[in-house]
Amino acid sequence: MIEWTPFWLSFKLAALTTVILFLVALPLAWWLSQTESKSKPLLEALTALPIVLPPSVLGFYMLVAFAPSSPVGAFFEDVLGVKLVFTFTGLVVASCFYSLPFMVQPLQNGFESLNRHMIEASYLAGKSSRETLWKVALPNIKPALLTALIITFAHTVGEFGVVLMVGGSIPGETKVASVAIYEMVEVMEYGKAHIYAAIMLGLSFVVLLSVYVFNHREKQKARML
Amino acid sequence: MITLEISKKLHGSDGVMSLDVKHSVNRGDFVVIMGESGVGKSTLLRVIAGLEKAEGSIVVDDAVWQGSGTRMSVQQRNVGFVFQDFALFDNMSVKENLLFVKHDNTLADELLEMMEIAGLGNRNVQMLSGGQKQRVALARALMHRPKLLLMDEPLSSLDPRMRRKLREKIKELHTRFGMTTLMVSHDIAEARVLANRLWFVEKGRVREYDLSYLDTLE
Repeated sequence: MIEWTPFWLSFKLAALTTVILFLVALPLAWWLSQTESKSKPLLEALTALPIVLPPSVLGFYMLVAFAPSSPVGAFFEDVLGVKLVFTFTGLVVASCFYSLPFMVQPLQNGFESLNRHMIEASYLAGKSSRETLWKVALPNIKPALLTALIITFAHTVGEFGVVLMVGGSIPGETKVASVAIYEMVEVMEYGKAHIYAAIMLGLSFVVLLSVYVFNHREKQKARML
Repeated sequence: MITLEISKKLHGSDGVMSLDVKHSVNRGDFVVIMGESGVGKSTLLRVIAGLEKAEGSIVVDDAVWQGSGTRMSVQQRNVGFVFQDFALFDNMSVKENLLFVKHDNTLADELLEMMEIAGLGNRNVQMLSGGQKQRVALARALMHRPKLLLMDEPLSSLDPRMRRKLREKIKELHTRFGMTTLMVSHDIAEARVLANRLWFVEKGRVREYDLSYLDTLE
């Protein structure tokens, strides 16, 4: 009998992370694409860090930061009443850091590929930067937007190292699908591990395939115009 | 009356040079700005529109757009601007492009009618020809009834027949809307039809010439 809770947790985590990151990363990506500030490379490097850092390093620092003995952990626990270590909330916060570049970079690339004059035409029409973002920029980068959302979601589902470090493996709370597979292998339940792994593989492939099919169709549509 | 006293460093093809403009434009003037590529013609328009920063002052009627420590944003200047590459909003229909600037259905219909594209209102702008796109861009630039219209080689990517037709349209719009217009162009015939004043930009310096100077260029 397959225990579905780890999958449900994985998808709940990915969905929440994607929604939160979209709201956080959208203004950041927009700002990065438009700014001529000297601090741009610094912010870009910071944003990209999770791509190159081993998840265990990121997880370790977050574990230290989230601990009640650290100022961050103490603030969350004393002021907001939220525990971050070994809780689902902590996983969401950690995932937002871990998956940040996968949301920011496609959006930023999309914005940077837009015709600069089109953005300027909106400003000339008296529209603010925010209105230009929502009504002109975002609707014109649909493939990049879809890529950002789907890759962030898929990447969060596939998260392992950070989740294990920050969340541990508490059934129904932090034991997501990737952690569950790891544990099954550890106790040599290869049969179950096979089923779980195959489900993850199939889902990931379908998700990616749908993104590429959509983007392929969009490009063909653009070519026909 | 527009008074320009602008100075800006440019990175041109011959290295760093300075764009220096000390001129004034009267209400209703149609200034055609000519000169070789890369000498700062487009930059001049962009500085006036507020799309680029420069030293100096820009005073339009009694309003200080730039100078003595203040700088009006591009949104506040209310200029009409037409780009060479049209710069239409690809996610919108022809009419939506106009209404995005100002929700004035009557004016939008009137402008589309004037530009002879009234039948294309619901068409996606990506489906239009170059000439049709530039007519939409012109109509869009006039939706907030600007006093000042800036055009950066608006006709240069169009075929000769369409250029002739659209320059007549531009002339008509300039008069009808009572605008002051600055237009960058390489086309002598265009300058002849449209300009009442002629500026030449040479290595960042702007000099005014009499219209008869056009005869010497042919």
